[in-house]
Formats: sequence, structure tokens, C-alpha cells
Amino acid sequence: MKYVLMFVDTEEYTKEVEAMTPAELEQVYDRVNQWFIDHAAKIRSTTGKLKGAATATTVRLDGAEPVTTDGPFMEGKEVISGFTEIEVADLDEALRMVKTWPACPIVEIRPVES
Amino acid sequence: MTTGPAADELARVVRDHAGRLAASLVSLLGDFSAAEDLVQDAVETALRRWPVEGIPDRPDGWLFTVARRRGLDVLRRQENYRSKLAQLQWPIQSAPDDRLRLIFTCCHPALAREAQIALTLRVVCGLTTAQIAAAFLVPETTLAQRITRAKRKIAQAGIPYRIPQDDELPERLGEVLTVIYLLFNEGYLSSSGDRVHSRDLVDDAEWLTTLLAGLQPAEPEIIGLLVLIRLHRSRAAARFTSEGQLVLLQDQDRSTWDHEAIAAATALLTRTARRHRSPGPYQLQAAIAACHCEAASWEDTDWQQILVLYDMLLHLQPSSVTRLHRSVAVRYVQGADVALAELDHLDGELSNYPLYHATRAELLRAVGDPETATAADRRALELTTNPAQAEVLRERLATH
Repeated sequence: MKYVLMFVDTEEYTKEVEAMTPAELEQVYDRVNQWFIDHAAKIRSTTGKLKGAATATTVRLDGAEPVTTDGPFMEGKEVISGFTEIEVADLDEALRMVKTWPACPIVEIRPVES
Repeated sequence: MTTGPAADELARVVRDHAGRLAASLVSLLGDFSAAEDLVQDAVETALRRWPVEGIPDRPDGWLFTVARRRGLDVLRRQENYRSKLAQLQWPIQSAPDDRLRLIFTCCHPALAREAQIALTLRVVCGLTTAQIAAAFLVPETTLAQRITRAKRKIAQAGIPYRIPQDDELPERLGEVLTVIYLLFNEGYLSSSGDRVHSRDLVDDAEWLTTLLAGLQPAEPEIIGLLVLIRLHRSRAAARFTSEGQLVLLQDQDRSTWDHEAIAAATALLTRTARRHRSPGPYQLQAAIAACHCEAASWEDTDWQQILVLYDMLLHLQPSSVTRLHRSVAVRYVQGADVALAELDHLDGELSNYPLYHATRAELLRAVGDPETATAADRRALELTTNPAQAEVLRERLATH
């Protein structure tokens, strides 16, 4: 199945990034690049239409453990800062990928219309 | 559904056989929603006809026949299902793993908690939409929408029908146990106070946990939850007077507790604890229940031990409700004034929680402040939705 992963920034995360030294920032970029390299076999770059918001699943990564919830992200102060399309067997595989995401704290997973 | 032993037997038969039938149909059709519709149809027919015609000799065979006939009827145009259903032979073979897969699918973390509960009750336990709606005090249409939406999400979002892999299992098992624990709590403390339905939910919770324990015998937290449910059930006879009034633990006639069941449950807990070094939250809650069950009287309760167990529980799950329950043990170990001071820290989070005010009232009475205690009991009475709890509070207000 194909999913779009939407990477969501929060105000706290933006502040955290702004406070980083150039060296720390570089490390963040390296980790993000490495994540894309690690999952390269599953990354797609086609266009498509997303399924409805009711099919969304959101993972929050800023706690002690990742928290998976039903539905799209809801907070007004959160902004989508990027996205990528992946092709994996099912939602569990998408969730496993998302839980290793090294940057912004929230990722929304939305299936793509086939 | 009518009440009484016949209805209990009917509920048990449906639960045992509908869950198995659902598991085998889902694994055969590969379509959760279609399989679930067929089973529910058969269950609803059974609930209508069995009370009149009697429970058939082979209830599983009966449900199978109805589901299959209905399936061939409904799915006539869908060649894929039709050929698969035609292959489905009696007797049905449902591997234990199939039912485990079914529970894990119903309790997938990408579904909302209410949907996890509703789907588990409906698909695994065979309850109808009307029964689940009545148990949780929501309109049947709301519940039906919730179930429809969850089934659609399972299909459209690609939620797989399988047992999670080893590295995901602890988290996912946690979801399943949470759902069963909520069922048990709803049944035991029932916000609706409808004891006919709530008793069914405790039955379902115990049945589901027993099923899980059979499928995953090495998992200590499953045993912990099972022991917790069984210990609460062993005191059921003392919980209500013959007029249906709630009796608090400290006033219960302990001679009516099922001491044989208590001994068996605590032995099971001890055996499990011996095999594992650090107990999880369900084992700790079961151990607290065991302390109460083993005390000859309220005064003989080993509060020191209970306090230690609550401290361990708080370490794993720092919740205000746990702190509230802990304060009762603090009262008997360190005094009512210390317990009261601890409760004051919880005011912000629990100010709308009836048990917070009721507990506070008891402590205020113990330290000699009856007026503030009365105000606290009044607040508890305003907040509670449970009729039995309300009655206890009204009586306390009348006598103090």
C-alpha cells in the first residue's frame, strides 16, 4: 500500500531548532538524510490523491514512547513542514518506519487512493 | 435479551462460538468487514430464535449454517467471496491464532479507544450493537457509526489482520489488556448502574483474558489481569445487599466471599510472580486486591504492604487516580492528616471526579472537620453517574 507521511512541526520544535548551533543542525540533517537512505527502497515520488482524513493515523514522537492515535493531527499551532510518499505492505510497516523518524515530533500517515 | 441463567448460558454460547466463527471467516475471506457482518447476522438470528426454539444441540454448527447461507445470499455477485464461502466446510477449523489475530486487529492502536472496545465486544464476544450501546449508555446509532467507521478504517488504512511481530508485541498486548481492563471496570463500577448489562461485561472481560492467557501462557501481565478480575468476582456476593444497595469493602460480610476462588487466584498470582522479577501494573493491582481478600477484617488489612504496592504502581504509572487510591493506605499507615495533605495536591486534576470528593469527605471526618466533609460529600453526589454510589453518598449525608 502507498502512504504519504506528513511531517509536522510544533512551536517547541521550531524553537529547539532555532537554538541549535550549526554543528548540531548539521547532525539533524545527517540523521534525516540517513533515514531517507535507510528507507530508500520504500520511498516513492509519484503524485496521487490522499484518502479522507478519517483514514489518518498520527504518531507523536516527543514523549518517552511513540504514541499512535486515530485521526489527523489537530493542534492549531502545528504545521506540515514536509512530506514523502512510501510504499509498504500495510499500516504496521508504515508505523515501524515512522517510529524511527529522527526530526520533527509528529508524523501523520495517510493512505493514498489507488 | 432476557435475564437469568438461560440468558447467561445463551451469552456464553454466542461468545464461545461467534468469536470462533468470526476468526475462521476473517481468515478465509480476508475481509474483516464482510466476515463480521455475516457473524452478526447469525448472532442476531440466534438471539431471536434460541429463546423460543431452545439452544440447538450444536450451536456452532447452527451459527455456521446461518452465516454461510446468508453469505452466499448477500455475496452472490461477488464471485471471489462466493467461491471461498462455497469451500467453507463443516466443521469449521479455527486455529487459536485466528482468534488472537482477531483481538489484535480490533485493538489496533490506529483505532480510537471507543472503537477498539466496541469492535472487540462485537466481533470477538458476539454482542450486538444494541447490547454494546446499552452497556456504554450511548445511542445505538452512535455506536453503529463508530463500528462502521472503524471497519472502514481497517480496510482503507491497511490495518493488517495478524499477530504483531515480537518487537511490537509488548506495546500491542498493552492495548489489548487496556481494552479488557476498561471493559472490566465499566462492568464493575458501571457508570450506568445497569447491573444486568454490567455483569455481562465483567463476564466478557474474564472470558477474553482467559482466552488470551490460553494463547499466551508465558505473559505475566495477562495472568495479573486475570487474577485481578477473579479476585473482584470472588467478592461479588458481598457487594450488594438483598435490596441492591452497594456495600463498601470495609462493611462487607467477608464470610460470603468465595474463599476457594480467592485461594486459587492468589496461588496463580504467586506462581506467576515467582517466575518474573519485576511485576507490571496488572500484577501489582492484583496483589493489592489479594491483600484485601486475605485480610480477615478491614482492621486486619496489611496497609503497610498495600502502601508498598501502590508506591511500586505509581512508579510505573504515575496517575492521579492511583494517588487517590493510595491515600487510603496512607491514612491507615501515616494518619488521616498526612493522607488529606496528599489529596490537596490532586485537587486540580480530580476536581470533577466523584471518588476524590467522597474520599476527601471520609478523611475530613476522621480529622474532625464534619462541615467541610458534608460539603465534599455533596459535591461527590452532584458528580456521580452511578445510582448505587449516589445512594451510599445520600445515606452518609443523612447520618452525618
